[in-house]
Formats: sequence, structure tokens, C-alpha cells
Amino acid sequence: MTIIRPYGDTTGDGMVQLSFTLPVAHDKRAEGAALQLAGKMGMDPAMLVHAKQMGDGFTFFVVYGKVNHLVDTDKVVVVERDFPLLSAKEVNAVIKRRLRRRLNVVGACIGTDAHTVGIDAILNLKGIAGEKGLEYYRELAVTNMGAQVSVPELVETARAQKADAVLVSQVVTQRDAHLQNTRAMSAAFREALPEGKRPLLIVGGPRFDELMAGELGVDRIFGRGTTPREVASYLVHALTGSAAR
Amino acid sequence: MAGKLNLDPEVVAKARRLAERAGGPVVELARSHTTVSVERAVLRLAGVHGADSDGIPWVNRLVDAVRADVGLGHGVSLPVFHAMRTTGVDDITVLAQKAAAGAVRFGVPEGKAEATAARRAAKRATGDGLKLVDRRRAERDRLIKRYGDPRQRPWIYLIVATGDIYEDIPQAQAAARAGADIIAVIRSTGQSLLDYVPEGATREGFAGTYATQENFRLMRAALDETSKELGRYVRLTNYASGLCMPEMAAMAGLERLDMMLNDSMYGILFRDINPIRTFVDQRFSRQVHARAGIIINTGEDNYLTTADAVEAAHTVTVSQLLNEFFAHEAGLADWQLGLGHAFEINPEVPESFRLELAHALLARELFPAAPLKWMPPTKHMTGDVFRGNLLDGFFNLVGALTGQGILLVGMMTEAVVTPWLSDRDIALQNVRYVLTGAGNLHEDFVPAPGGFIQQRANQVLSEAVDLLDRIADDTLLNAIADGTFGIMKRPADRGKGLDGVAKHEEDYYNPVTEALEA
Ligand code: B12
Repeated sequence: MTIIRPYGDTTGDGMVQLSFTLPVAHDKRAEGAALQLAGKMGMDPAMLVHAKQMGDGFTFFVVYGKVNHLVDTDKVVVVERDFPLLSAKEVNAVIKRRLRRRLNVVGACIGTDAHTVGIDAILNLKGIAGEKGLEYYRELAVTNMGAQVSVPELVETARAQKADAVLVSQVVTQRDAHLQNTRAMSAAFREALPEGKRPLLIVGGPRFDELMAGELGVDRIFGRGTTPREVASYLVHALTGSAAR
Repeated sequence: MAGKLNLDPEVVAKARRLAERAGGPVVELARSHTTVSVERAVLRLAGVHGADSDGIPWVNRLVDAVRADVGLGHGVSLPVFHAMRTTGVDDITVLAQKAAAGAVRFGVPEGKAEATAARRAAKRATGDGLKLVDRRRAERDRLIKRYGDPRQRPWIYLIVATGDIYEDIPQAQAAARAGADIIAVIRSTGQSLLDYVPEGATREGFAGTYATQENFRLMRAALDETSKELGRYVRLTNYASGLCMPEMAAMAGLERLDMMLNDSMYGILFRDINPIRTFVDQRFSRQVHARAGIIINTGEDNYLTTADAVEAAHTVTVSQLLNEFFAHEAGLADWQLGLGHAFEINPEVPESFRLELAHALLARELFPAAPLKWMPPTKHMTGDVFRGNLLDGFFNLVGALTGQGILLVGMMTEAVVTPWLSDRDIALQNVRYVLTGAGNLHEDFVPAPGGFIQQRANQVLSEAVDLLDRIADDTLLNAIADGTFGIMKRPADRGKGLDGVAKHEEDYYNPVTEALEA
């Protein structure tokens, strides 16, 4: 089936729930305003099930209702994994065979962002979710620069380490800090190194849109719940010219 | 509180003795060094204010000028007040401006009479600053008397963080009306690494609002209004952390902030600030807090975001004991110690709630006279906000059952955004329900003798003693370098801000330290 709609308790009922705040005090008109918004969002009929004033001029609403939109699953666009998921052993073997040297990876959390848990989960031996990090891979040489790394420092280190791939983490997203930092980073690499000499640029973090790689000037974006094995497999795929066998 | 955990008083005493042994050498280091920020804090108390047209504060320009001429090791007080006398400039900010323009040469007064005169002038000027801090403290006491303390314990602590002080103010006032007893304005990402304090009211922070003296003043004034309206004194919190810890402390004292985050190791571990810089800055800042009657909040909760909350539970206890030792040494009293700990055990772990109870009760019983700051789940919060709200409810319940002093309100959207208005409202509703519903349940909550909770608490304490033993032998600086806390490895010769540290010369003089240690 390619056409679906939301499911409450019966196939095809289209039921969804929604909560939001409007900057008005709670009264009948406010409830009407909430229903108007729900209606414009395609909820029909919409049921206002909860309204609570917060402070002087704000009201929080919960609305349940039926949406009339249909979803065509054939038209969904996502970044699907377009490379095989390899084991650590396979990753090592491919690098050895194709590259005949270790693959150099430099990682950092850039800007003023001090969140290291994500990049450490990917790089450190300890890894995450039962998977070892990239340091565990014999054929990967990993430099983890930690957090609060400036873009020039990163470019310098990548150059010095002859990085094949640069892995950057961004967790703070307020005021689009992650997008600005990523753009600054990719621009700096473009400026510093000629095409062809430029390392593979990868960013990751829980709030990235994986579809934005082109726009941000990077080769790949990894989102929430990424595991080291996915990253290692991608590296091999992108840097040694595709499939394992 | 009568002992509910059957802790062996001998073991507890031993833990404190070891903390003192582990912390002692670090205190020695702090007593024999100064930093650019300590000296700038002295100048702030002496009345230097404002910034140049690039926004660099005059305290920075003045310290840099003195340092270029005579180094930092004498302290800036003698050279600065000697220069005031020799140049005849009687406004210290004007002197800073002239110095920045290169129009003043600094030297250490040579003759005894000259030195005494400079010392006396420095003492007088900084004494005025300290008097203002004292006045602010008396003012707080008066307002608390007039409006009253929160009716319940724990006090309810809530964060605002829009980045814009003028947006923060109505949000903070709304939060107070909805039940918050303490408002914390969290700082902008990156401020910790600025080696100066920005000036004026600010509207452009990232995931937090810049800590400036003007922002402090604006928020305190707004909360004073709200306190009056509510008939309850609403406290204000900010951060003495990062490279400007001492200056933040001075500003907080001058603007009557009520609590300050002030951890002995947070900056080292989570901002990569040099350990020595941090310990020197920390001691001075805590001395200022002691004078200002400010309650400090320590940051042990953070270790549990990078380390595992069960495996590393004892590192929290160790850090609390160290924080307590450093705080007492700096002159803070028990009622000023908001020692931190957190509900960060993976909820998938069997008996996680029981373990949380054991850990929280251990902290309560080890530090019976300290307010204790109970921190909500963050690491295991996910985009599933419904589950998050449930976890926060359990967190609140532990707070009620174990008699915590300060409860930082957990947000169901922790993993998603800095809190929305509605998130805060829902979270406060959660807190109110649990605290009201549980009432004085802590009276009935007595863990079974020899049962799971008692055993776990005793185990954590004994692991803490073992670790302290090792640290005392191997030094705290080495332990930090080895990644003992939060699995962050921070060697003493690395990290940011080390170039701002100087060893005291023979004639080092700091009128503020002198007054605070008197
Ligand atoms: C732990 C934590 C901290 C710790 C960080 C300790 C450390 N050394 O990392 C401490 C306490 C220091 C901290 C501080 C702050 N934090 Co914080 N913190 C968190 C918390 C609780 C968990 C983050 C985490 O560790 N997740 C676990 C890891 C494994 O997940 P992850 O980062 O998503 O990583 C995975 C994927 O995204 C991906 N990935 C990530 N990076 C990369 C990189 C590559 C190359 C690849 C391939 C994949 C990849 O793979 C990882 C594994 O699956 C979150 C809330 C939450 N529950 O998410 C807030 C949170 C991230 N923090 C936040 C904020 C605002 C801050 C502060 C700015 C607060 C302040 N104003 O002081 C400061 C940061 C100051 C600074 N300079 O950055 C906000 C961010 C809001 C936003 N969206 O912008 C959050 C969401 C909390 C909130 N709701 O307010 N924080």
C-alpha cells in the first residue's frame, strides 16, 4: 500500500494529536482561535480537549482531530543507506586491500560547542550501543581533537595528519549555530585545499537534516542514533570506491 | 535528620580527612598564585567600570597594561594605586583609560612609605566595593524578612535561556508566578572561554544569555518586583565559571545575586580550562561568595553525563567532599553549600529507581546541613517527551522522599530544545503534583535495615573512600589528568587560560584577599 493516513484506533481514521501555545489569555475566543489554527492545519473535525492559561497572556492547547491529508509512501524522500554495512573485520580488510595504508580520520566538535559525548561515541574505543568506536578499527588512524575546536585548528590538523576524512560534531542548534559552523568549516576546507586534496567532510549531530549535505558543502550528514559501524562502512564506501567484495 | 542509612561515622570522618589531604596541596597552589581574572575582580571592587569602544572592559586594559610593565606576580593593586598617586589621577577608571592609551608607566613602589601609601589607598578603594557587597547582603536579608522564603522544601529552581535579557525577564517573572523560587539565567554557549566579561544589556546569546553586570542588575530588579507581588523572595542564580570566575563572583556580590554555580572542576572537565587557573580563580571567587552570603551550586551532576551514573556514583561523592573542603576553606558555611547530584541512571537498568534513592539519600546524610541541589535526568531523556515527563515525575519523587534542598526542574523536552514556555508550565505542574501529593512522605520513608538501599549507599561511600585514598596519595591534579572525573582527561599543564596565571612574588599584595581572610 502506498497511500496511508494517521491511525488512532481504526484504520483510516486519520486521527492526530497536537499541542501548542497561543499568545492570548484563556477565554472562549482563545479556544476558537486554537480550533481555527487546527482547521488551517488540516484537522477536521478538530476537538479541543485541553486549554490552560499560563501567566497573563498565554494559553496552552491540546487538540485531537482528524486530518484529511494522505501520505504517499512512494514519494517519501530520505537519505537511505546506499552502501553496505560492513563488520570491523571487513572494513579493515577493504582498507588494507584497496588503500594499502591506514585511513586517516580527524574528528572534532567545532565552534564553542562543548558536547563531546556524540563524537566520542563514534570515535572512542568504548563506542556506543554495544559497538566499538573507530579507534577500535586497526586500519583506521584516528585523531580526536575533542571539543571547542576552531575551524583553522581543524584545517591545520587535518592537513598535518593528511586526513582522508574529517568528522565534525555539532550539538548546539540554537539560532542555527550548527548550520553556520558547518558552512564555515566546509568553506575553510575549500579555501585551504584544492579539490581532490580535500578530505571527505562528514558532520553529525542529533538535529541535522540529513538532506542538507549539498547545501552545507559536506559529503554526508549523520543524525541521531548513528553507530560507529555505519560511519566506518560509509568511509570505506566513499574513500575506497564502493562495495566490499 | 536521624541516620536512615546506618553510615559508619568513622568512615564518614575518614572520607572528610582524606578529602582534606587530597585538596590541601591544591589550596596551597591557590594561595601562592594569582590570575588575570582575580586581579580584574579586585579592580572591579575598587571601582573600575565600563569598556572601551571595542567592548573590552577597562579592567582588562588596566591589568594588561600593568602586566606588560611589571608582570602579574606583585598583584595589580600596588602598581595601580602607586600610579594613581604619582600621576595624580584620582578616578581609577580614568587611570585605566590613560593606561590603555599608553600614557601611564607602572612600577612597584620602592620605598617603604610609598608602598604603605599605595597599600592603604588600595585597601580603601576595594573596601568601598566590599562595603557595597555587604550592603547588598543586608538588603537581601531584609527582603527575605519582608517577603519570606518559599513555603516548601525543596525550593523550586528553574532555568531561563532565551539569549535575550529582555525576553528572559518576562519569562522569569512568569516562571516565578507559576511557582519557581529560584530563577537561573543560563549563560550563552562560549562565554566560559571569553577572558573578559561583556558589558551592558545583551540580546544575542546562543542557547543562553550573556552574564553581564547590567543583565544581572536588570533581572534582579525585575525579580524584586515579582517578589513583592508574590509575597515571596524569588532568588536569582548565575554562573561563576569559565575564565572569569572571580569577576562573576564580584559582580554577583555587587548586584545581589543569591546563588552562583561554582564548581571546583566543571571548567576543567567540561570547558578544558587549565586546572591551576581554575583552582586559583575558584578559591578567590568562593571567598567573595562567602562574604556576599551567596549559596553556591556545585556541578557533580555533569560527570554523570559523560560517565555512567552507577559505575561512577562514587566519583560524585568524592567530588562533593572535595567541593565541601574547598568551600569551607574559602569561608563558606554549610548553609551555602548547594552540593550537586543527579538522577542520571539509565532507566533501562533494573532497580534504577531504588539506586537513585540510595544515592540521593547518601548525599543527604553525608551533608545534613547543606541545602543540596538535586538535578533532573538529562542524558537519558529522548525525543519521547511523554516518557520524559514520567521520568521527571520519578525524579521529583526522589527529591521529596530524600529531603533535597533545591530541586532543578526537569523538562520533558530536555533532548529537544531549550525549554518552551509550555514545557516549563507542564514541568512545574509535575513538581507541584509530586511535592503536594507526597507531602511529608519522607517521614515514612525509612529504608529497611541492611536492605538494598542501605547496602548500596554504604558501597558507594566505601568506593568513594578508596578513591579518595588513591587521590590523596597520587595528588588531585594527577587524578584529573587521568580522567578520574567524568572520564575527561585534563593534564595540569594544558587547557585554556594557563598564560593568565602567575606565581606570587615576595611582595604580592591583594587587599581583597586580605580583607576576606581577616
Ligand atoms: C550531556 C549534555 C551536556 C554536557 C556535555 C558533556 C560533554 N563533555 O559532552 C554538559 C553538561 C557539559 C552540557 C553543557 C551544555 N549544554 Co548540553 N546537553 C547534554 C545532553 C543532556 C546530552 C547530550 C549527549 O551527550 N547525548 C548523547 C550522545 C551520544 O548523543 P548525540 O550527541 O546526539 O550523538 C549521536 C548522534 O547525534 C551522532 N553524532 C553526533 N555527533 C556526531 C559526529 C559525527 C561525525 C557523526 C558521524 C555522528 C555524530 O552520533 C552520536 C551517537 O549516536 C543534552 C540533552 C539530551 N538529552 O540530548 C543537552 C543539550 C544538548 N545541551 C544543551 C545546551 C544548551 C547546553 C549548554 C549550551 C547550556 C549552557 N548555556 O551552558 C552547555 C554547553 C556549553 C557549550 N559550550 O557547548 C541543549 C542544546 C539545545 C540546542 N538544541 O541548541 C540540550 C539539547 C539540552 C536542552 N534541551 O537545553 N551539556
